[in-house]
Amino acid sequence: MPGASSVEIRKVNKHHGQFHALKDVDLDILPGKVTCLIGPSGSGKSTLLRCINFLDEYESGEIRIDGQLIGYESPGGRKMPARKLREMRRSIGMVFQQFNLWPHMTALGNVAEGLMRVRGLPKAEAERRAKNALEKVGLADKMANHPSRLSGGQQQRVAIARALAMEPRLMLFDEPTSALDPELVGEVLNVMKTLATEGMTMIVVTHEMGFAAHVADQVAFMEQGELVSVDVPDKILHQPKDPRIKAFLRTYHERNSF
Amino acid sequence: MFSVATFLSSFEPLFWAARYTLLISVLGIALGLVIAALICAASLSRIAPLRWFAALWVSFLRGVPLLVQLLLFYYLLPVIGIDVPALVAAVGTVGICASAYISEIWRGAIQALPTGQVAAATAIGMAPRDIWSRIVLPQAFTLSLPALVNELILLVKASSLVSVVGILELTRASQAQAATTFRPLEVYLAAACIYLLINLCLAALGRYLEHRMAV
Ligand SMILES: Nc1ncnc2c1ncn2[C@@H]1O[C@H](COP(=O)(O)OP(=O)(O)OP(=O)(O)O)[C@@H](O)[C@H]1O
Ligand SMILES: [Mg+2]
Repeated sequence: MPGASSVEIRKVNKHHGQFHALKDVDLDILPGKVTCLIGPSGSGKSTLLRCINFLDEYESGEIRIDGQLIGYESPGGRKMPARKLREMRRSIGMVFQQFNLWPHMTALGNVAEGLMRVRGLPKAEAERRAKNALEKVGLADKMANHPSRLSGGQQQRVAIARALAMEPRLMLFDEPTSALDPELVGEVLNVMKTLATEGMTMIVVTHEMGFAAHVADQVAFMEQGELVSVDVPDKILHQPKDPRIKAFLRTYHERNSF
Repeated sequence: MFSVATFLSSFEPLFWAARYTLLISVLGIALGLVIAALICAASLSRIAPLRWFAALWVSFLRGVPLLVQLLLFYYLLPVIGIDVPALVAAVGTVGICASAYISEIWRGAIQALPTGQVAAATAIGMAPRDIWSRIVLPQAFTLSLPALVNELILLVKASSLVSVVGILELTRASQAQAATTFRPLEVYLAAACIYLLINLCLAALGRYLEHRMAV
């Protein structure tokens, strides 16, 4: 993918009220690479992801997309104008654990909405592109369905199509398969794998260690707001040195064995 | 004995009076919807004094009986030099009172929407104006329809209170009619039928709207 984004995260800090959710987080993501974020519940994975498109506002440090600081005009400076921020968000797709589709619109409507309101395309053109995006995730025959008439896996694929239709250069996934029945996980992961092979830059918060092992270029482990370690999947998942990673993987394996 | 003839002949003059009931209810709710939109916006505003004002508005209007509000409106305004016709006082009070309830209905509906839907819209770069007009309000409005129809039905019934400022609406007219004909049972039964008819129509309208706007 020619226009894939890079992301640089430098000494990022974020509080939720009194709670220090991100502590001096550093992370580099190269264009076209897949990064999986793993770690125990409450470690700050979602918070970090939401800081990258400034849905959560970090307080200090820098997050740069293709070299451009997001959220602030300069490091430690004033907030960037809302219009400028929206422009940056256009090219960052996000997929949520709970899908977050708009239930009053059809699948096609969900995907076309951003094309019309954000990209300003006329309805016919927006719908044509929305159709293409839905075809790409294998849902050409479900375009007219409202979300309530789709399975969880289908809903999540519509959500992915909604993000892809905007032609993003970076995709953020926050536990995209955690709300799905086990038999529906595969169809969503397959769409994500295709995207990865096409060269999309992807940051994926996940508990799917298989996906992390086989698709990720790097795996980052977080605990208590700190980015403990980042390395190739094998080093983190199979030869972890840090005791915190070992402990995390041990509980993961215990939970997943029977 | 119950006289069917009296019962039937009561309808015509009562229909006449029922026009006031309808007029006051419909204009009242229309005014109420407009004010409620402003109060609801204020109650969700980031500006604290606006939120306080909305809270005060709602708690006063819900805490004081409509009858007292009506009398206040009708007798207080002339004191400060504003002379209001009875009909204006009635519609104004009913509207203002309804606005308190409707704004709370809407606030509840808006806050009931899962926050993730707004996050998803924000994430693709939608502007707040579009998020409100395309995502939040259409759903909140649909969600609030049953409660709105309920409110309108309550208003139709509460509109009988405006007789205290001298408007001959349905209830007041039936009292007068009962007094002149000495046939209270027939007259009040006819009045009941008219109220019921109005409210059944409203309920049907509500169901139609809900059906049309349902996903
Ligand atoms: N909006 C918020 N207000 C207050 N505290 C919050 C908020 N969002 C997150 N937190 C807290 O910040 C910490 C990190 O949350 P975060 O959602 O980033 O964790 P996570 O690693 O994504 O966990 P999970 O695997 O459960 O999704 C948690 O302790 C959480 O309780
Ligand atoms: Mg999370």
